[in-house]
Order: sequence, then structure tokens, then C-alpha cells
Amino acid sequence: MTAPVLDVRDLKVTFSTREGLVTAVDGVSFSVDAGEVMGLVGESGSGKSVTGLAVLGLIDPPGRIAAGSITVKGRELVGLPEKALQKVRGKDVAMIFQDPMTTLNPVLRIDTQMIEAIRAHEAVSEKAARERARDALAKVGIPSPDERLSAYPNQFSGGMRQRVAIATALLNRPAVLVADEPTTALDVTIQAQILAEVQKLCAETGTALVWITHDLSVIAGLADKVAVMYAGRVVEEGMVADVLERPIHPYTAGLIGSVPSRNKRGRPLAQIPGMTPQLSKLPPGCPFAPRCFNATEPCHGIRPERTPYPGGRAARCHNPLNVPAADAARELAP
Amino acid sequence: MSDLSPHASARPLAGPAAGMPVDASVPPAAPDKGESLLRRHVSSFFESWSAIIGLVVLVLSVMAALLAPWIAPQNPYDLASLSIMDNMLPPGEIFGMGQTAYLGTDDQGRDMLSAILYGLRVSLTVGASSVLIAAVIGASLGVLAAYAGGRVESFVMRVVDLQLSFPAILVALVLLAVFGRGVDKVVIALVVVQWAYYARTVRGSALVEKRREYIEAARCLALPRRRIVFRHLLPNCIPPLIVVATVQIANAIALESTLSFLGVGVPVTEPSLGMLIANGYGYLLSGNYWISTFPGVALVIVIVAINLVGDRLRDVLNPRLAK
Amino acid sequence: MLVYLIRRIGQSLLVIAVMAFLVFLAVYAVGDPVAILANPEANQAELDAIAARLGLDRPIWEQFGIFVWNALQGDLGTSFVYSESALKVIIERLPATMELAFVALLLSILIGVPLGVIAGLKPDSLVGRSIMSTSILGFSLPNFWIGLMLILLFAVELRWLPASGRGETVEVLGVHLSMFTWNGLSHLLLPAITLALYKSSLVIRIAQAGTREVMLQDYVRFARAKGLSSRRIVFVHVLKNMLIPVVTVLGLELGSMIAFAVVTETVFSYPGMGKLLIDSINRLDRPIVVAYLMLTVFIFVIINLVVDLLYAAIDPRVRLSEAKG
Repeated sequence: MTAPVLDVRDLKVTFSTREGLVTAVDGVSFSVDAGEVMGLVGESGSGKSVTGLAVLGLIDPPGRIAAGSITVKGRELVGLPEKALQKVRGKDVAMIFQDPMTTLNPVLRIDTQMIEAIRAHEAVSEKAARERARDALAKVGIPSPDERLSAYPNQFSGGMRQRVAIATALLNRPAVLVADEPTTALDVTIQAQILAEVQKLCAETGTALVWITHDLSVIAGLADKVAVMYAGRVVEEGMVADVLERPIHPYTAGLIGSVPSRNKRGRPLAQIPGMTPQLSKLPPGCPFAPRCFNATEPCHGIRPERTPYPGGRAARCHNPLNVPAADAARELAP
Repeated sequence: MSDLSPHASARPLAGPAAGMPVDASVPPAAPDKGESLLRRHVSSFFESWSAIIGLVVLVLSVMAALLAPWIAPQNPYDLASLSIMDNMLPPGEIFGMGQTAYLGTDDQGRDMLSAILYGLRVSLTVGASSVLIAAVIGASLGVLAAYAGGRVESFVMRVVDLQLSFPAILVALVLLAVFGRGVDKVVIALVVVQWAYYARTVRGSALVEKRREYIEAARCLALPRRRIVFRHLLPNCIPPLIVVATVQIANAIALESTLSFLGVGVPVTEPSLGMLIANGYGYLLSGNYWISTFPGVALVIVIVAINLVGDRLRDVLNPRLAK
Repeated sequence: MLVYLIRRIGQSLLVIAVMAFLVFLAVYAVGDPVAILANPEANQAELDAIAARLGLDRPIWEQFGIFVWNALQGDLGTSFVYSESALKVIIERLPATMELAFVALLLSILIGVPLGVIAGLKPDSLVGRSIMSTSILGFSLPNFWIGLMLILLFAVELRWLPASGRGETVEVLGVHLSMFTWNGLSHLLLPAITLALYKSSLVIRIAQAGTREVMLQDYVRFARAKGLSSRRIVFVHVLKNMLIPVVTVLGLELGSMIAFAVVTETVFSYPGMGKLLIDSINRLDRPIVVAYLMLTVFIFVIINLVVDLLYAAIDPRVRLSEAKG
């Protein structure tokens, strides 16, 4: 077995705020192999985006990576000086963001923004870099890329801008691409196109993809495995099919229940009652307990530890819903 | 829009201090929470050391100005008490009946400390009263423009734009050249150059407030227009107005001192700090620095103190920056 | 774009017309110039003769009509004091003032933009806070007071720079400029710093706020995610976005610089048109005051126009929306 391209171990990210130290990401671990797609699912405030930024070393004060390790192709990133991190970003690890309308600098032309991404990492001529940028645009399905290179971002639609961003992120064939909800702000039809595009490109280049989203239906069609985050922790992880079919954690079950789908038509959509807890005021027990239909006495007092289950799965729950039998372990589990 | 309007907002009165606009589009909190909100604002205000220092200095200055006749060693404008023998004494010398001129004396033997205390009175009076009058006029016009809309609004705002597109110093200079010197005339000139700021600020917040439910409710109750405008709409536009007004007091004082320095401001019989500086200007080059310097220091201290307070008020009262 | 341009010019002309009327009305009320020009022992007939020569005996609306007619032909009246075309008297002093304003503007950018960017990049650091507090001080200090203190320090105490006047000039393209001679520069420096310190506080504030805002934008984060160096991010991504508000405000501030030169020139006895204005107000030289104000209005309107066009040139978003509109 080869070492994973991206390996995150016990990551802890804290922010010092007026109300004291807030732990936004607490003991998150996961790993992604080359060509593999991992979904990182959670509501807003669950720490999924912060985890993504941490992988790029983009946590700014007052936040900091308090503990844990992040390795890319075996190289430790936590603790690297800024200069060294700059060499990693965009080269080994790239990232695309949620809102395509704001990810491109409005006053710089597309070619400027793409060429600088290449020339930050490689000593190539302006002309060569431009050609690569044009090819990259063509690859993400932008018509007449030659002309479009000299355009400004405001001359593109949202979907087109996200394609430009994806092309830019993949210019240096990164080993890992972190995608922070890149399709959320787009129309459904465009969403599907972008999804397919990214999937194809990552498969071609063997790029490991971390897809951050709040939308389980996206994960269902895209990812190989999934980690569900709640209040800064991974509450459940495993292969996508297993997790979606037989969720262990009530929160995962709640998320699945709240996705509208054809075979559930006519029945009322399930909701998770209550709101995401404030990170500064987490209850002593399971953070999900106040909203959990299945919570019992220990849930309110004792924080559940990560419990491994057969099939490469794991969850943090005192009252698991579906406990996979040992013999149900799948062959392809890592 | 007039061709000048989009940028006019960036131009302050006497200087850039007002150039950091209060975000008028951010609504103040709902009126029913007034009590606790005020308390929170007050405690939040006192979280800043510079604001506390500014406030203390400001209160002391106001008190010194108010009490000038009692605490000043000398009445600087009682010519009988002046002795030409005491003229141009450097700081620390003895003058008159054995008093110490801590800040020296001027060319007529006037104790500078006394002159500064009396000058502070004039400066603060001019600054505060011009701001008060301008704020009342400007706020009324602003809220009226926002409420009435249509032609009234566009007319008022056109005039505001036009007014703001010319530097206050020039407008005030021309007005005073026309009116002649005098404390009352300086106040009028300062009101003319200031009212537009308040009108613009208040109109901005009134436009936001106007669309809120409580105004709708007041309208449904068929309350008289005047009552809706002045009792319901205006009070909710006050917080940004306070911020602008505070900073404008500093600007008005600075502008008054500049005008007086140029010789078109207050009359010689009622010298403000700016006038004192102008009087000493001629002696600066011959090394008698104190006549100009100390009134200047007093002026600067007061202005900085007001700006510190105003700066903090802006942070406290602007909910967008509160977090 | 052309339609927009024409509409803008139309608006500008309207502003000039309105201001012309206001200025004329206001200045007409200033004192009685005849009394100043005439011999104190002159009799009524002589006074009337002077009034008639200056056109002051006609009704005010007729005077305004003549004023407008002449103004359209570039004649803004004859100075009572200099017995020369008022416009010519002012234009002679225009280069001195413009030179002062431009050098001050340049200085305020050179001082303000770097400090503002530094303060904006590290808003909570000691350096950032110090810069911002000092900038409060900067615009708290009245302009003339800064000038006096600079004179006291550099001219009286240290004797490094002259306290007043304008230095040697050289003719550049038919304009007398002093910034190319050492002597001229030494005279220009103190007034320019006085004028600039005042504005650089404003530039610091805008640059700091702009930098802070730009740094929070997604495109800066994306630029960082691309692995760009901090230098490239600051100098290309941040600076270009941040310069938009700075250019807008500063362009407009050029107008206010010319206005504030009135104060600075008086403090430094610098022979520009600002000092001329103060002298003319005191001497009741009405045509000069009117001509000065008309010229300033004209300059302001032009500046507003140019800033808008510049703005469109920097910001492609404006360019596009204007082209559509």
C-alpha cells in the first residue's frame, strides 16, 4: 500500500476571540490517496472550511494550528515558515473557493492572474506560461480561450469564472486540490458540469481531491469516501456508499433525511431540530446531544470518543444507529 | 446625480477628519432597546484608553474655559490691569503684582495663560454653537428630504452636493469677506459650510429607517406627518449624527482658528486661540516663540481630544464595526 | 461613453453658471472699493468719476450681465489695485500655487500610501496602531499651525531652510517653476510638507481601510492559495484595488489643496494666488476675488471630470457599465 498523498492527523485549529480561545477544528484526521475523492461534509460553522484552509497553511491570526500534523506527499506542512509554504501552495496543494464572483481579482486580466500562478513556481517565459494558461482554459471548456485570456473577470459568468479558477488551480498539476463548496453559488445545471469537469481533470492528473460541501447529494455522486464534521470534529467517516446507506451517527442520519429525493416524495422532509452550537459554548458532552433524538444520559455528560467500526469506518457516538457487523467489512476498505 | 456628487462625500469640512464617513446605511438598533443599548455603548466607549484620556482632557478644557474669569491670573482684556512694562516676558518671569507668567506675556504685557483660557472660551463657544445650529438645520432638512422624497429631496440634495463640492475654507473665507469680522458672523459662516454634512448623514440613515415597520405603523395610525418625521424618524437617525457632530466640533474649531489667523475671523476684542497665534506669528521669527506656540498647543490638545472621543464614538455607534 | 461624457460636461457647465452668479452676488456686497482707491480728499464728483470708470454706477444686474459677457471672452475684470486684467494677475501666480499643490500631493502619496498599506496589513500590531493614532494627530493639527511649527523648527532653530518666499525659478515650457533649482526647492519644501502632512493623514486612513478590506477579499485568499509571494500580492493584487479610492479622493483633494494653499501661502509668504486672494480681500480688490473664485470653480469642475474619467480607466467594472449605459 502506498502512502496517502494527503495525510491529516489530529488537527486542531484555535481562534483567540474576545470570548476566549475557540477551537474551530478539534482532532480531525483523514487521509486521501492519489486520484481519490474525499467529501468533507458539514453545516456552516462545522469547521470544514477551516480544515481546508489549514491544509493550505492559510489560517491567519487570530487563528492558528494548535496541534496535529498535515503531510503532503510525505512532507510535513505544519510549522513550515511562510516562504516554504508559498512554494507548496499552488504547486503541491491548490484550492478553489465558494464564490466564483469574488475569487478572481476584478482589476487584473485573466492572463495576468493565470500566468502569475505558473511563474510563482517555475522559471518559464511569459510566452510559455501564457500558452499553458490557454491550454488550461481550453481544457475546462472555455470557448475561444485565446481571446478570453485578455478579458477581465467581470466579462465572465459565474460558471465561467469558476472554470477559470479551476483551470488556474490545476495549472501546476497539484497533488491535492481542496475545493471549498465551489458549486454552491452556481445554477444546478452548471453545478453538474463543473462537478464532472473537476472529477475528470483530477482523475487524469491523479490529483487527490478534497471536496468540502454541506450537500450530501453532491458527495453521493462524486466522492469515494466521506467525513462528516460537526462542531469542529469528524463525527463519522467511511466509504460513501456505507455511510449513506447505513449511517452510524444520528447527525449523519439527520443530514441524509433532510436531502429531498424522488423516493421520499410525499413524505415530510426530516429536519434536524435546533441550531448549530456556538463553538465558544459547547456543552460538556456530545455537541450534538441537545439536537439528537437518540440522546441518553451519558451523551450530555461525556464527550464520545472516536470509535472504529469494521469496513474502515469510524464514528463518535454513544448510541450508534447502525452498528456494522464485522463480517460485513468490504474488500475495498483500506 | 450632479457631476460632483459621488465624490463630494469624501470631502470633509476643515480637514479630512470627517472624511471617514459614518455608514449611514447601517440602521441603529431598534428603538425599544434604547435603555440597555445606551448602557452597552457607554461601557464599550470606556474600553478604549485613548477615548478616556480624550474625554478627560475635553472635560477639563471645557471647565477651564467656563471658569476662566475665576481661575485666570489676570483679565487679559481689562486694559487697566495690563502694564506695557511686562511685555514680551519669556515663560516663568514675574509680572504685574508678583504673579508668575508661566507661559510668558505678549507684546502688550498680557499674561499668555490668561489669554489662552479666555481664548479657549471663544474657540469652544464658536465651535460648539456652530455645530449645534448646523446640526439642527441640516438634520431637519435631511430628514425632510428623505421623508418627502421627490422634488424636495432632489433639490435639497443638489444644494448639498454643490455645497460640499467646494472646500469649506474657501466658502467661509468669501462669506466672512462679505460679512466682515465678528463672533456671530464666524458662527454663521461655519453653519453655512457645515449644515450639508448633517443633511447628508441624516438623509442617509432616514432613508433606511423610513422603510422600517415602525414608520409604516405610525403611518397606518394616521399620525400627523410632522409627528412622524420629528418624533419617530429623526430620533433614530441620531447616532450617526452624533458621530459626525463630534468630529465636526474639532473641525469647526480648527477652521475658526484658521480664519482668525488669516484675519477674517473673530474681532481683536474677542481673540480666539487662532487669533492669539496670529498675534504671535510676527514674533516667531525673532525667537519669541511662546506667544504663538502655547495657544497653538492648547488648540491642538483640544482638537486632538475631541477627535479621540469622536473616533471612539464612531467605533461604538457603528454596528458594522462593533464585532 | 460619449453620451456620458457630453452629459457630464453639460452638468459641469451648469455648476459653473450657478457658481458664477453666487460668486458675483456675494462679492458685490463687499465694501466700497471706490473709497479705497480714491484720494481721501476727493469730492463727490471725483468719486462718481471713479465709480463710472470702474462700472460701479450701473445697476447690479447690468454689472452681472457685463461680467458674464466679458467672462465668456476671458475677461474677468480689471484689478483695482494692479490696474491690469484680474485674470492675468492671477494666472501669473498660478504656477507657484500649482507647483506647491502638486509637490504636496506627491509628498502625501509618498508618505500616505506606504504607511496606510503597512497599517492595513497589520491593523492590530503596534506599528499599525501607532500609524493610525499618529494620523489622527495629523488631521487634528490645523494647517497653519503645522506651518508655524515647521518654521520655528527648521527656519528659526535649525536654520536649515528659509522661512518664507519663493526661490529661484527656471522657465520650463514657458512656465516659471522653482522645483528644479536647489534654492527654489528649499523654499518649496516647508510649505509643501505643511500642505502634505495634512493630506497624508487622509491618505493613510483611506489606504489603511482599503488595504484591510481588500485583504479580506476572496481573490486575495485565492492569490495566496496560488502560492504567490506576499510581495506580489501586496504590490499587484492589493495595491491596484486599493488605489481606486485613493486616486478618487486624492484627485478631488487637489482642489482642496489649492484652496488650502491660501493658508499655507499666507503662513510662508509664498507668492501664489492664495496669498493674492487674502491680500485682495483685505484690499477689497473685487475683480481679483471674483476672478480667483471663478478660476477655482473652473479648476474644481475640471478636476471632478478628470477624476471620473481616470476612475473609469483604472476600474474595468466602471468602464464596462458606462459603456453599456
